[in-house]
Amino acid sequence: MRKVTLALPMVPEMEIEASKTAMAIAESMRMSPDRIDEVRMAVVEACINALEHSHASAKEVFVTFEVLGERDPETLRITVRDTGVGFSPGEIEEPSIQEKLKSARKRGWGLKIIRGLMDDVEILSGTEGTTVVMSKMR
Amino acid sequence: MKGGDALMTESLNVNVDRRDGLAVVYTEGYINNQGGEEIARVAYKLIDEGYKVLLLNLGGTKIVNSIGISILIEIIEKMIEIDGKLGFCSLTPTIEKTFHIMGLAQYAPIFPDEPAAVLQLRG
Repeated sequence: MRKVTLALPMVPEMEIEASKTAMAIAESMRMSPDRIDEVRMAVVEACINALEHSHASAKEVFVTFEVLGERDPETLRITVRDTGVGFSPGEIEEPSIQEKLKSARKRGWGLKIIRGLMDDVEILSGTEGTTVVMSKMR
Repeated sequence: MKGGDALMTESLNVNVDRRDGLAVVYTEGYINNQGGEEIARVAYKLIDEGYKVLLLNLGGTKIVNSIGISILIEIIEKMIEIDGKLGFCSLTPTIEKTFHIMGLAQYAPIFPDEPAAVLQLRG
């Protein structure tokens, strides 16, 4: 297993740095270009969620990349962690385009996109922050 | 390295080709909140000029985020209001998949390339 952790400042476009690292690691695993793109997009969304919604006093988000596999690299697991106020994932209503077209608030798509692009997604959230764990098979 | 150059682009370039009642908007770079706002500014200007058929050619965009896409939803809403047409073309497979996840294709059709899009949107 290989593991890399980035501590990124919560500044605009920090998600691009995380995305670039995701791309480099996924390429080293020989993941297909389309699946790499999906990983990049999911990482961007997870970082933006941390940036926009965590309201953290510590202005950093931690992104950990782990390459899992007994012999060959088989799965890329990415953990995005903030130290913000947390939320209740079960209380988040799934967005729909029909509702959003009628609503003044068009945002709120991040988790739906992440779930749609990655193979496995787990969200852990509490008073000490939120951790999104997402995996993609090679 | 697929899309590597696009990731280095912090701003979005937007160009427009006006064609007899249909306008094609070309994007190049990252569609985030600023990029989405720039596309919206251009789209609303075209609507003010009388264009009711818009095609967003995203061939030069390799990555988007949900904030940028939420601004594209505002443009779709506006096009519905004016009884216009909005389509997308030349998307990367991941951007197309993301638009399907969000349901955008129900209100703004996605075409593989510009000629196919222009043919259908003019129809």
